[in-house]
Amino acid sequence: MRGAEDRGVEHDPKKLTDFSDQIMRPTNTCCTARVPMYDFLIAPFTEFEFMRRALAGALALALGAGPLGVFLMLRRMSLVGDAMAHAILPGAAIGFLLSGLSLFAMTAGGLIAGFVVALLAGLVARATELKEDAALATFYLLSLALGVTIVSLKGTNIDLLHVLFGNVLALDDQTLLLIAVNATIILIVLALIYRPLVIECVDPGFMRSVSRAGGPAHLAFLVLVVVNLVSGFHALGTLLAVGIMMLPAAIGRFWARDVSTMIVVATASGVLVGYAGLLLSFHAGVASGPAIILTAGALYVVSLLFGRVGGLLRQLFPGRHLEA
Amino acid sequence: MLTRRHAIVAATALLVAAPLRAQERRLKVIASFSILGDFVRNVGGDRVEVRDLVGPNGNAHVFEPSPADAKAVADAKLVFVNGLGFEGWLDRLVKASGTRATIVVATNGITPREGAGDHDHDHGKVDPHAWQSVANAKIYVAAIRDALIAADPAGKTVYEANAATYLAKLDALDQEVRAVVAGIPPERRRVITSHNAFGYFGDAYGVDFTAPQGVSTEAETSARDVAAIITQIRKQKIAAVFLENVTDPRLVKQIAAETGAKIGGTLYSDALTDAKGDATSYIDLIRHNLKEFAGALTG
Repeated sequence: MRGAEDRGVEHDPKKLTDFSDQIMRPTNTCCTARVPMYDFLIAPFTEFEFMRRALAGALALALGAGPLGVFLMLRRMSLVGDAMAHAILPGAAIGFLLSGLSLFAMTAGGLIAGFVVALLAGLVARATELKEDAALATFYLLSLALGVTIVSLKGTNIDLLHVLFGNVLALDDQTLLLIAVNATIILIVLALIYRPLVIECVDPGFMRSVSRAGGPAHLAFLVLVVVNLVSGFHALGTLLAVGIMMLPAAIGRFWARDVSTMIVVATASGVLVGYAGLLLSFHAGVASGPAIILTAGALYVVSLLFGRVGGLLRQLFPGRHLEA
Repeated sequence: MLTRRHAIVAATALLVAAPLRAQERRLKVIASFSILGDFVRNVGGDRVEVRDLVGPNGNAHVFEPSPADAKAVADAKLVFVNGLGFEGWLDRLVKASGTRATIVVATNGITPREGAGDHDHDHGKVDPHAWQSVANAKIYVAAIRDALIAADPAGKTVYEANAATYLAKLDALDQEVRAVVAGIPPERRRVITSHNAFGYFGDAYGVDFTAPQGVSTEAETSARDVAAIITQIRKQKIAAVFLENVTDPRLVKQIAAETGAKIGGTLYSDALTDAKGDATSYIDLIRHNLKEFAGALTG
């Protein structure tokens, strides 16, 4: 049952090559002659461009979300993602009110609101007695209340559903590019602050004694979380964007003890559930965003039961592993 | 001193009271959304004061009434609604406001059509967008006229005259639509919109409409639905894909880009536009949509 990461890694290169060389193919061919597995797993993506775009978006999102989720989890900040999602929502909503479904306005609004909340919460936590979770709760609630007030003052009842639930099936070039650029930034910055982040996760006291990089690294990390959530809300909506970050991290926790393996497993399972969720949405006809998160939920339950590290069944029958 | 103060008070009272009395004589009515409000204004003229709950550009499918709306409903004599399940939020609002107003369902007398038949999850629901056929609009107007006369018998002649004038305009509009559609080759009368609101228009004038979403904007789209629409556009060689002022335009753009179908302009379905837009009245709305259809389907 260690299939999670293996399957993800195995499928990936195959899919990516298909992805590139199938673009020029005539798309209306009826595929009766091919094997059913191909029809089920690959054909949706070769036949429809929107599926390829959705897949590319989900993959890029998973690449950034995997490591961020692992660090959030290790720092006991799993719910911070949720709070930050609420914090960026009003910014995105204000951008939406001012200029409609404009990528730039909604992204800028979300980023600004998220940055302000993250920075204020970080500063208050470091300068006063208030702990970071309490400071964050205060500021995200204020941000949310402010957003709802502004929307209601504006008076029109615009359709906020599309801000709350982005659509992975409607990613245009711009949005796709934004998600890819964000994932790139996240991976590069994470590589730069990786060492202080890991040390601070494991031993914050030691970190403080040897270096002053802990504070800046922490703030940079929060900024990355905001960047990733803003990407995520274009693809999945603000609420589900947190799911693609936290669920793969929780899955990774059941398969690895060290941080780097955990990140690999988390990212691989993010990629896998993005692909499998889209297939589920395609074949079963369920909404695509929730389908991705529910697939991640299923994988989480499997990991919870069969995971190598602390899985429930391993705890019940621990014998063989203690010998090794 | 006293006399001067009295004079001021009396003058102020007169100033305030004069317009107040004039307003009180007008019949206070509520229309659930802007298109219905336009009908009511045309029939009621100066004798009624109309308030639209869902204003221009609003989406009546997901409307959330405010306390001010509840107060307006409580004060109203008549509440005009579309019915056919269009205003899902209305029952709660009426109950909460404790109003004694008569609820007038403007679609009584209209034969409802089934909700979009292409999607299996829409069975059993009727399509509420009956006003998209001008023939139905005439039934709305007749219902509004009768309800206004019943509530305000003194204005009978005015309401009848207003309604007759407006019905004549609607007749002319109906002829206009038929003439324009007749000019489009039958095999090109195939349209996709992002919101399945034009079924009545399609039935009345012989244009084929399909939507990537169900009959209500509340449902989220699945990959299967989008794939089905794209396959359909390719197979049936559908000419045009339209955006619309209330649902997600990104999805329609994506479908158009993938199939090479032409993107038409904005169609107006559930709401009039505000003064800046080009569909400030029902007649303008139908004319605007007609122009868009003709442009995309003949071009």
